[in-house]
Amino acid sequence: MRSTTANSALWRGFLAGLPFIIVVIPFAILFGVVATEAGLPLAQVMGFSFLVIAGASQFVALQIMQDNAPTLVVLASALAVNLRMAMYSAAITPHLGSQPLWKRALIAYFLVDQTYNLAASEYETRPEQSIGEKTLFFFGCMLPICPLWYLGTWVGAVVGETIPTNLNIDFIVPIAFLAMVAPALRTGAHIAAAFVSIVASLALFWVPFNLGLLLAALLAMIVGAEIERRLQ
Amino acid sequence: MNFSTFEIWWIIAILGIGTFLIRFSFIGMIGSRKMPDWVLRHLRYTSVAVLPGLVAPLVIWPDATNGVTDPSRLLAAATVVIVGYRFKAVVRAMVAGTVVLFAAQALLG
Repeated sequence: MRSTTANSALWRGFLAGLPFIIVVIPFAILFGVVATEAGLPLAQVMGFSFLVIAGASQFVALQIMQDNAPTLVVLASALAVNLRMAMYSAAITPHLGSQPLWKRALIAYFLVDQTYNLAASEYETRPEQSIGEKTLFFFGCMLPICPLWYLGTWVGAVVGETIPTNLNIDFIVPIAFLAMVAPALRTGAHIAAAFVSIVASLALFWVPFNLGLLLAALLAMIVGAEIERRLQ
Repeated sequence: MNFSTFEIWWIIAILGIGTFLIRFSFIGMIGSRKMPDWVLRHLRYTSVAVLPGLVAPLVIWPDATNGVTDPSRLLAAATVVIVGYRFKAVVRAMVAGTVVLFAAQALLG
């Protein structure tokens, strides 16, 4: 019985993650192509995707390296793009924080936009699950996403120049991420938070190192939480 | 690129470790300790606070149009949000948004 519910949590996570291969595959391939064209050998291209495993920051690092910026600027810019993941880390802790250290380390390694946001949505809609089921759902989300990130990078690096890089894939990210967040707009507080996030992120777009998004997100969380508190 | 192979490996390693530490930060340090209610209340809004702000500039100022606002993309994004919100269905929202994007681009040029 127990293993049946556990398997179904893993399977549900897998199914939740599956649609997002539509973002992962083209961008993984694109990273492989662009990194190879920039002159990186296969081992380094794969090193990026295995060790960093964060698309946007990998592209930022590559671009700034091609501008021959100082190493510190490369590191600061790429890491700043990933700071939102500290928020994910905090927000998933009430759900998965009681796991042993090695499992938390594994969760942290796979804590990407898709795994966090899909898991958070699942935990809100089915709060009665055990920590084991919640963990399996998380790893289920990871299964279609992260292996394809490595594989796609490899395909892009090896097949390389034969793949056109001017494909019109830029709008896949907004479509996929908006589809991921729209079902999470459950209450007025959620909608208000999303609205503040949009307005503040646009207003703070000039802030360097992508920190405008971080400020916008903090502001949006404050607004959401405050509305929830007042309505209680 | 002016970086040596050795320097590039260093950059990859530090980005890997740094990104892992960002991801590990709270779940690693706090673990099973209870967080105060007011913190939990804020954290419940993480998804809706991060993702809309993350995509907003991509929707309003797309790179593909050199930052010029494109009605087709606005319509597509609005469709995804409305369908996703109304039906709580990720795939349906993605398909609807994609169809609207191509249709609008075909009609509006």
